[in-house]
Amino acid sequence: MTKPEGKPKVAFYWCASCGGCEEAVVDLAEGILDVVGAVDIVMWPVALDFKRADIEAMPDGSILASFINGAIRTTEQEEMASLLRRKSQLVIAFGACSQLGGIPGLANLYDREGVYRAAYLESPSTENPEGTLPRLRSRENGYDLSLPGFYDTVRALGQVIDVDYAIPGCAPHPKVIQAAVATLLSGELPPKGTVLAPDQAVCEECPRRESKPLDLSISEFKRPHEVIIDEETCLLAQGLLCLGPATRAGCDAACVCGNMPCSGCSGPTSRVLDHGAKAISGIASLIGGDDEEAIDSVLDGIPDPVGTFYRYGLPASLLRRKTLS
Amino acid sequence: MLEQADSTVQAPQADLTSQTSAEDFEPRIVALFCNWCTYMAADLAGTSRMRYAPNVRVVRVMCSGRIDPQFVMHAFARGADGVLIGGCHPGDCHYQEGNYKALRRFRLLRRVIESLGIERERLRLEWISASEADRLRKVADEMAADIRALGPLQLSIPAEEFRNAEGAGAEIPSPEIAGETAAKEVAVP
Ligand code: SF4
Ligand code: SF4
Ligand code: FES
Repeated sequence: MTKPEGKPKVAFYWCASCGGCEEAVVDLAEGILDVVGAVDIVMWPVALDFKRADIEAMPDGSILASFINGAIRTTEQEEMASLLRRKSQLVIAFGACSQLGGIPGLANLYDREGVYRAAYLESPSTENPEGTLPRLRSRENGYDLSLPGFYDTVRALGQVIDVDYAIPGCAPHPKVIQAAVATLLSGELPPKGTVLAPDQAVCEECPRRESKPLDLSISEFKRPHEVIIDEETCLLAQGLLCLGPATRAGCDAACVCGNMPCSGCSGPTSRVLDHGAKAISGIASLIGGDDEEAIDSVLDGIPDPVGTFYRYGLPASLLRRKTLS
Repeated sequence: MLEQADSTVQAPQADLTSQTSAEDFEPRIVALFCNWCTYMAADLAGTSRMRYAPNVRVVRVMCSGRIDPQFVMHAFARGADGVLIGGCHPGDCHYQEGNYKALRRFRLLRRVIESLGIERERLRLEWISASEADRLRKVADEMAADIRALGPLQLSIPAEEFRNAEGAGAEIPSPEIAGETAAKEVAVP
């Protein structure tokens, strides 16, 4: 790897995301100052006024690392991802949307038409009597206007450009970010494709793990708003659907510590191909009942199985999206 | 602690499955059979020179409880039109409880694949003991017929198209939505 002159250049970019990943970087507070002092930030739309043209003017490979959050949903996001890929030695998928498709990836249960219909025509808060919809090109007051194209399918960053590493989480835990940055700055780079977080399950870090029964038989799934949740006992043992056993650690079981079940934001560990399928495997095995009827009545307690098991990873799953007839 | 290369960063490579036209469609059915019962039944069917639908490609696993839902997703993603799971009858599992585990996973998995637009008939679970070669034949033939009637499983976006998704630039296809608005100048919000 060639060493660029002066401080190493770093870029941050956002695609289809909520802003939480930007927040996560800011949340590093004084922890980030050392890093900021050591690098030259050449792009960060949320905080700094650099433009696409500034990046285009840079020589290829002159950025040490680009941290890109958000999934890829529009042509513009794809173009920016490709541009940053060309200019950077390393590209890091930052956060669940970039790594796996994230919450925006649930739009893969629909297509562009379905999304437009819901967002611009049918949602209860929409008032759009003329049925105006986004268009690629239009003319307004004598000006030609254009908008990026909108794909039917949301993709994870690694499905669009070559990605070197991923920092998991929605949003990534400050501890995970700091450890990842330290690894990247150490000069001893891990193998390409590494997810920069511990390769073990959330349960391993969970303060309640001692109370997780070896043999569990769940007769009813309870949803967090329906019950008073005991603050000490393993959530699965209380009938709450906790994805801790199937999800990558690093967050110190943040949600469980807030008395909420893990919803799986850090994705799978390295030996898993499809996070949702693995979670289905683990959770289904815990269901009490030996016949179809009993099993089905327990399963009725999971009203939205895709939204539950693929909440953060539908685009990166083996099936990637819903097949619409 | 850091770890080895992770498959979730890069999209897994997909098979380039050939498109078959509707007339000469022969379903590809991946059968996951447990070693002690259903696989034995398939073996018996073979040694008894029984004929059953050749669409069924058998993969032997030690127990139906070993079948990870990932196997099923993988089969569909790589071009299977149907997946058949076979295990010992309730109470007869060589490992005692494996088939109950398979049943629980199957019931949940089928809800999930249906929500993802894959017809429920494409995933089937049957208990077939070592002596029930005849039943195996019936199930295989039935499933092949069911899936032939359904037609090939055509996933909206096969994995290989991900890097070059087409149609991003196109306007909304539905005339119902495009209708009036397409005809006049539209303000961009
Ligand atoms: S299942 Fe959830 S609550 Fe129980 S030990 Fe694992 S992470 Fe903690
Ligand atoms: S507990 Fe689960 S959902 Fe919560 S931050 Fe950790 S990995 Fe994400
Ligand atoms: S050994 Fe046949 S189902 Fe377990």
